[in-house]
Amino acid sequence: MRNLTLKQIFTGIIVLILVILFPLVFSKPFPQHVMILIFMFGMMGVAWNIMGGYAGMFSFGQVAFFGIGAYTSSFLLITYHVNPWLGLIAGGVIAALVGAAIGYPCSNLRGHYFAIASIAFAEIVRTHFNNWKLIGAAEGMTLPMLEESFENFMFHSSKLPYYYIILAFLIIALIVCRFVATSKMGYYFRAIKESHDVAKVLGIHVVWYRLIAIMISAFLTAMTGTFYAQYVLYLDPESVMILPISVQIVLISMLGGAGSVMGPVIGAAILIPVSEITRVMLGHKGTGIDMIIYGALITLISVYQPKGVWGLFLQIGKRMK
Amino acid sequence: MKKVPCLEVNGVTKRFGGLLANDNINFTVEEGEIVSIIGPNGAGKSTLFNCVTGFYHPNSGKISFMGEEITVYRADKICKMGVARTFQIVQVISDMTVLENVMTGALLRFSKIRPSLEKAEEVLAFTGLKEKKELSVTELTIADKKRLEVSMALATQPRLLMLDEAMAGLTRVELREMMDLIRKIREKGITLVVVEHVMEAVMEISDRVIVLNSGRKIMEGSPQEVVVNKEVIQAYLGEKYNVVSP
Repeated sequence: MRNLTLKQIFTGIIVLILVILFPLVFSKPFPQHVMILIFMFGMMGVAWNIMGGYAGMFSFGQVAFFGIGAYTSSFLLITYHVNPWLGLIAGGVIAALVGAAIGYPCSNLRGHYFAIASIAFAEIVRTHFNNWKLIGAAEGMTLPMLEESFENFMFHSSKLPYYYIILAFLIIALIVCRFVATSKMGYYFRAIKESHDVAKVLGIHVVWYRLIAIMISAFLTAMTGTFYAQYVLYLDPESVMILPISVQIVLISMLGGAGSVMGPVIGAAILIPVSEITRVMLGHKGTGIDMIIYGALITLISVYQPKGVWGLFLQIGKRMK
Repeated sequence: MKKVPCLEVNGVTKRFGGLLANDNINFTVEEGEIVSIIGPNGAGKSTLFNCVTGFYHPNSGKISFMGEEITVYRADKICKMGVARTFQIVQVISDMTVLENVMTGALLRFSKIRPSLEKAEEVLAFTGLKEKKELSVTELTIADKKRLEVSMALATQPRLLMLDEAMAGLTRVELREMMDLIRKIREKGITLVVVEHVMEAVMEISDRVIVLNSGRKIMEGSPQEVVVNKEVIQAYLGEKYNVVSP
């Protein structure tokens, strides 16, 4: 991977200014909410991409990390009055450790076998959380209303602070992903994705590098979990730990372009508005319409441009030269 | 004092269920040698290769590299110690360019991208792929892919390079080029062990030849000794074509 060109830096700055100004122009809650979801799913896509797009571990269990992040910070806040920012770190660390603990026995699983194992893992975590009295079991947890402040990670009068916090998170995730992609780690991940055999003959400790990918991905995903908990202030396993969220994360990343830094964000920017707008316009009669559109888009993209929308951009860019 | 051999294989036995793929195999390779391993299909050449490079662990026996026992080491650790290999079916990283592939190999000895890139450039110049460094590996011919795989192995800076049928399926010109490359690699002081079917190449480049059949070593000697050996001819051609002895 090369250094960023001047043109790319320029485009990046313009896009950044636009998204910073966006909530000031569109001050209604709905567009802001949609943008927050785009950033959130974009970030989870970026995190998935480190595991799936670079290291080739197609995880359909990201929601477990999301849930662990959300639950850890919320539980610590409710029970021990721990500051949510500390809870965020704790959630990330726990998710990373759980990821490593489950990733280790799965070290030799590749492709769809890994995917199946990841679904099983997430479902086990969900079932467990559904029955775990300490964290509210199936009834879930309601976060206490704290005074509105950045320190408390809680804002009641406006979505604006949430908007900027998740935007900052997303940028952190993108920086992490770019760092990974352009370092030794990123090349090693790509070798592992190609085949464990080729990685081994290049002297790569496959198990170790796979665990690193899982841990980075789990940490970032858990961060969005804590954000979500602070944003919605209510959690239950059936809303934060279900399989469709994991599937959506994979679809977003694949549509946008797995294996590229920006791909998942593009994917989120396309798919999230589709699902939110059909939900608002059609109400519950529209359930599933977003999935039909998703399905069609995914089919088209996988037939015509397996590298996703980002790959399409690159192709057009090359042709214009 | 006796010099420590580069590679020492001592009574290696590898079983797959009821199949005895390697049966009590012994041989040594001295530093700077080119040793060929030949034998009919199913003789256990690739299994032996996999045992030495840590892809399999033998059921019994001992393997040492530069005097250190490596029998139960992981493949990547053996690579780090200085044993590189290629595969019978070419293994490269398909979504990278030629240069990136070789650089990924060079990263074993460097933690930063820049010095690895320099090393990769150097290796590509040595193996003659410099002009193709920006190509995607999907655009390469089979001969170039094999050359790339050798380049990736060299980028890990090995002391022992093990080539698994690096010359199969090449045209005569490509075969020549590969043989020249192998000689050049030896001149750099790298020891080579090659599994090969192309007898023309084996005869020309090897210092010593080891012949396997049905999992056992049946013969070891200079290329000239091997081709007139009765057992070897029987293994390759069957009893019927045995014309050497009456």
